[in-house]
Amino acid sequence: MKRPELLRENAGRLKTRVGACFPGSRAVFRGHDLHADLKDMDWVELYVFGITGRRFTPEQLRLMHALWTYTSYPDARLWNNRVAALAGTARSTGNLGIAAALAVSESSVYGRGVDVRVGDFLRRTWQKLEAGGELADCVHDELKTYRGIAGYGRPLASGDERIVPVMTLAGELGLDNGPHVRLAFAVEQFLLTGRWRWKMNYAALAAALIADVGLSTREYYLYSFPAFLAGMQPCFVEASQRPEGTLFPTSCADILYEGPQKRRWQAAIDSTTAKPTVDHLWNLQSSTPQLNTAPHSEARHGYQTQHPLSPVPGQADQPGRAHL
Amino acid sequence: MTQVEHSERIHTRIWREDAEPDNPFATRAAYCRGYDVFGQMVGNARWIEMLFLLFREELPNADALDMLEALAVALANPGPRDTSIHAAMCGGVGGSTAAASLIAALSVGAGRYGGAHEVFDAMNVWSTCGTDLAFWAAQAAAGPSDMVEIWPASEHPPGFDPHGVSTATVVCQLLGTLARIAATPCLTWLTEHRPDLEKLMDLPLAISGVAAAAFTDLGFTPKEGEMLYLLLRLPGAAAHALEQEEVGYKRFPFYSVELEDDPAHKEAA
Repeated sequence: MKRPELLRENAGRLKTRVGACFPGSRAVFRGHDLHADLKDMDWVELYVFGITGRRFTPEQLRLMHALWTYTSYPDARLWNNRVAALAGTARSTGNLGIAAALAVSESSVYGRGVDVRVGDFLRRTWQKLEAGGELADCVHDELKTYRGIAGYGRPLASGDERIVPVMTLAGELGLDNGPHVRLAFAVEQFLLTGRWRWKMNYAALAAALIADVGLSTREYYLYSFPAFLAGMQPCFVEASQRPEGTLFPTSCADILYEGPQKRRWQAAIDSTTAKPTVDHLWNLQSSTPQLNTAPHSEARHGYQTQHPLSPVPGQADQPGRAHL
Repeated sequence: MTQVEHSERIHTRIWREDAEPDNPFATRAAYCRGYDVFGQMVGNARWIEMLFLLFREELPNADALDMLEALAVALANPGPRDTSIHAAMCGGVGGSTAAASLIAALSVGAGRYGGAHEVFDAMNVWSTCGTDLAFWAAQAAAGPSDMVEIWPASEHPPGFDPHGVSTATVVCQLLGTLARIAATPCLTWLTEHRPDLEKLMDLPLAISGVAAAAFTDLGFTPKEGEMLYLLLRLPGAAAHALEQEEVGYKRFPFYSVELEDDPAHKEAA
């Protein structure tokens, strides 16, 4: 279509298939009257129906509930929960604190970032195995590309406390033996017997269970959004009930400054007024980056490339919420 | 008082605070990169100098400061047609909290269509391609990466307008102004080769593309550029949110709806 016709065609109105409200009359949710057809629906069922447009069995929905329940930890030290708690101690609103805590849960080392990567890995690997591929090749390829495998990496000594309860429940529901779950454990076994000695964590198992339920990676990502939510509210509530500002108070001495020594501001002014003598804008300081316009030889072609200066997200256990 | 463990302290190269003698939690003096903020900088430093210092240990020369300040003026208000400002206005018109309006602007303005992650992507392209047209051609031919991440897949070359017909005048004005301020490599090359790049991409350059080139010339990393793009576009979000709260919801668009899957129609059929 000739630009900008696509914009012009969509201006001033909403075309939708997912629903609409008609104030004073009715509300439509994915082709159904919310207050008639769906009025008895369980909230999680409605939530997943909203994401996928599909219905799920009571056993599958029970599992989806449990996956959130088992990872709701009201520990205000965890990075995302800490945001909710800090909002409480700073006397912000509950919505702002919890919304920020959920946003923070979209992390590259835990939460949604890991969910997406491990979900994609398990699906891709399963497809390759179905096509006759070897697990070892799949794992090696993943390690080569990402320097780790999302969902795996717990030290041998500390297993994930959520694995047994969720597998027990999945067994009771008859959902513990799907292909992605079997694959998740096979990958763990491979990594344990190899030189890595990595154990599977909850992220990999949850992604596998939901893949067997039939959600795509993107659907799983959206389903997982409230996964930590129930643990956040208690952190906010308790911090709100205690005297303001008393959660993790930081004294001046608790900041370990490692930068330049004290210096006069006038010196900085003098340096900025000097005319540039080099072909980049930074003054000659060893700590400042040099402008590099030369093509980066190792960069991959594509819109989405890794900057050579950007740190690569770690795969190993980290404090905070990395194990989640 | 309980002594805080060494591992429970915050390490920083940016900020130092000296305590008042009578209270370890009260600040007698604060230092940014070694400069006394309240004793020397306040009243003497430009805001843009403070901004630079937060990201770098040393100030750049005057041209760099001028360039970032000029870019900050350009980015300060994307205007009410922009999705991030639209989102902020939704907060304002409904009487949401100030923070909610800014969060709305940040969240919507973070994305790959006209948002901060598009700048991040575009800066990575600059890192990959530099000022070599052949690399840009390869980039255009390669298309988006298939790496799975939380961000939706790219749907257009970053820094270019997927709905554009020709280069918008404001984009050309911004590019020309920034390139004249300091004659830096990326902006200078972009000025010269804009028609070539637009032909390669089959799309006109966008503001995000100019910002990406400017941030690259200023020595910022893609992550820093992404942060700055988010930050520098917030003033307009704040102002428009407050304005719409005053204007009121009756004069704010609600739009007509065309429901394509209406149970009422199914029953009628």
